[in-house]
Amino acid sequence: MSAITVRNLIYEVPEKRILDNVNLTVETGQIMSIMGQSGSGKTTLLKLLTGLLRPTSGQILIGETDIAAMTERELDEIRLRIGLVFQYAALFDSLSVYDNIIFGVVRHTKHTRAELDAIVRERLAAVGLSGSEALFPSQLSGGMQKRVGLARALAMQPSIVFYDEPTSGLDPITGHTIDELIMATRDRTKVTSVVVSHHLPSIFKISDRVAMLDKGRIVIDGTPAEVNASQEPVVQAFLAPERGSFETK
Amino acid sequence: MSDAVTEKAAAPKSIEELPIAPVKRTGAGIIALWRSLLVFLGETASLTGRTITELARGGMAAEDLVRQMSLLGADSIWVVLVVTTATGIVFAVYTATLATSIGFSKFVGGTLAFSFLNELGPLLGGVAFAARAGAAIAAEIGTMVVTEQVDALRAMAISPVRYLVAPRVLACVIMLPLLIVFADVFGLVGGYYAAGANGVAHQDFIDSVLTFVRVSDLLSGLIKALVFGFIIGIVACQQGLRTTGGATGVGRSTTSSVVLCVLLIFVSDIFLAEILMAKPGRQ
Repeated sequence: MSAITVRNLIYEVPEKRILDNVNLTVETGQIMSIMGQSGSGKTTLLKLLTGLLRPTSGQILIGETDIAAMTERELDEIRLRIGLVFQYAALFDSLSVYDNIIFGVVRHTKHTRAELDAIVRERLAAVGLSGSEALFPSQLSGGMQKRVGLARALAMQPSIVFYDEPTSGLDPITGHTIDELIMATRDRTKVTSVVVSHHLPSIFKISDRVAMLDKGRIVIDGTPAEVNASQEPVVQAFLAPERGSFETK
Repeated sequence: MSDAVTEKAAAPKSIEELPIAPVKRTGAGIIALWRSLLVFLGETASLTGRTITELARGGMAAEDLVRQMSLLGADSIWVVLVVTTATGIVFAVYTATLATSIGFSKFVGGTLAFSFLNELGPLLGGVAFAARAGAAIAAEIGTMVVTEQVDALRAMAISPVRYLVAPRVLACVIMLPLLIVFADVFGLVGGYYAAGANGVAHQDFIDSVLTFVRVSDLLSGLIKALVFGFIIGIVACQQGLRTTGGATGVGRSTTSSVVLCVLLIFVSDIFLAEILMAKPGRQ
C-alpha cells in the first residue's frame, strides 16, 4: 500500500489555479522530493498534503483515508501520524527547546516526567543537539532551529514526515548535516518522507524518487537517474544551471 | 463641416462617456466596506462559537489560562490605573469647582461615584485595556500566524482556538472586571483628594457617596467590564488570526484590533447603559 496517493488534485485561489490536476504516489519508507521553481506550487502542495489547506477538487489519500473532505477534528486523527518540518522551523518562541519538543507529546499522550526527559534527550541526540534543552529559539542559529524543528516533528514517532525547504538558506556544512539527518531518520525509523526543495545537490543525494512541479503541474516523476536523464525541456532548463554540482545514485 | 461638428457636440453621450468614475469608485468603496463588515461579523461569530465550545468542552490547560491572566493583568494594570485615576481627579476638579460656586458641594461625591462606578471606570478602563492587552494579543497571534507557528499547532493536531484563543478570551473576561475594581478605587480616591483641594469637605464627600451610591452601581460597572473583556479578547484574537503579509500585516492587525475594540466598547456601552439603568429599584 502506498503511504500517500494524490489523484487529480486541483487547488485554486480567486482568479488563479495554483495546482492543476496533480497526480502523485509516495511509497512507504521512501524519500520523495518535489522540486520546482519558486512559485511553482511546491509549498501549497505540502500544505494540502498535511491538511493545512483544502483542495478545490481531487483526492489526497494518506494510507487509504481521503483527507480532502475531512473536518478539522477528523484531520487531527491523521495529523497524529505525520510530522511537518517548516522552512523557518516555526518553533514556539516563548517556549524552550525542551518544551517545543514535548509540546505535542504532552497534549496527546500520558507520560511521566522521566519519560518526557528521555524522549527529549533521545530526539536531541539524534539531531546532534544534546544539552540544548534549556535554550530558547532566539538563542539558536537557523540550522539549529531546523534541527530542533526536526526533533519536534519526530517526537510523536510519525509514519510520514514532510520537510519544507529543509536546506534552504543554510551553509553547505549545515545543509549536509540536515541531509544526513533526513536519510538517517528514514533508515532508522522506516518513516516515509516528502521533501519540498529546489536545492538540487540535496535532492539528488537523498531522494528515492523525484517529481518536478512547473506552473502547478507535475512534469516528471521518476528516480533521480530518470529525472537527470529526462529530455523534457522544462526539466533540462531547471537542472542546467547546476549540472555538475550533483550526482545521481 | 462646421455643422457636423456642432451636431456631434450636441449629441447625447453614451453611459460609457459620462464622467462616472468618481461614482464608481465611491460605490466600490461602499461595497468593500460592507463586505469587510460582513466578513468581520461572520468570522467573529464563528470564532465566538468555537471558543465557547472549547471552553464548554474543558480541553483548555489551566496553566495556559493562569499564564495569560498574569500576563494580561500585570501588563495592563498601570495603564488602566493611570487613566482612571487621572480621570477621577479631573472629573472631581471640574465638578467641585462648579458645585461649590452654586452651593451644591454636598453632591460632588455622589455624582463622581455614581458616574465612575457605572460608566467612567469600566469604559475608560476598557479602552486602556484594549490599547494594552488587546494590542498585545493581536500582535502576538499575528506574529505566530506569519511565522507559521499557528500552522505548526494545527500540524500537531492542536486546535489554535483551544490553545491560543480560549485562554486569552477567558483571561480578558476574568481580569478586566478585577482591574476595574482597582480602577474604581483609585479613581474615587483621586477624586476625593481633588474635591477636597477644591473646597469640598471630606466628610461631605463621603456622606454624599454613601447616600447616592448602591452596591448595584458597582455590579453594573462590573457587568460592563465583563462584556468589554469578552469583546476585547475575541476581537483581538480574530484580528490576530486573520493576519497576512509579514510585519506590515502584524502592524495592520494590531491597529485594527485596537480601533475595532474601542468602537465596539462604545457602541455596546449604549445598549448596556440602557439595559442596566432599566433595572428596578433605581429612582
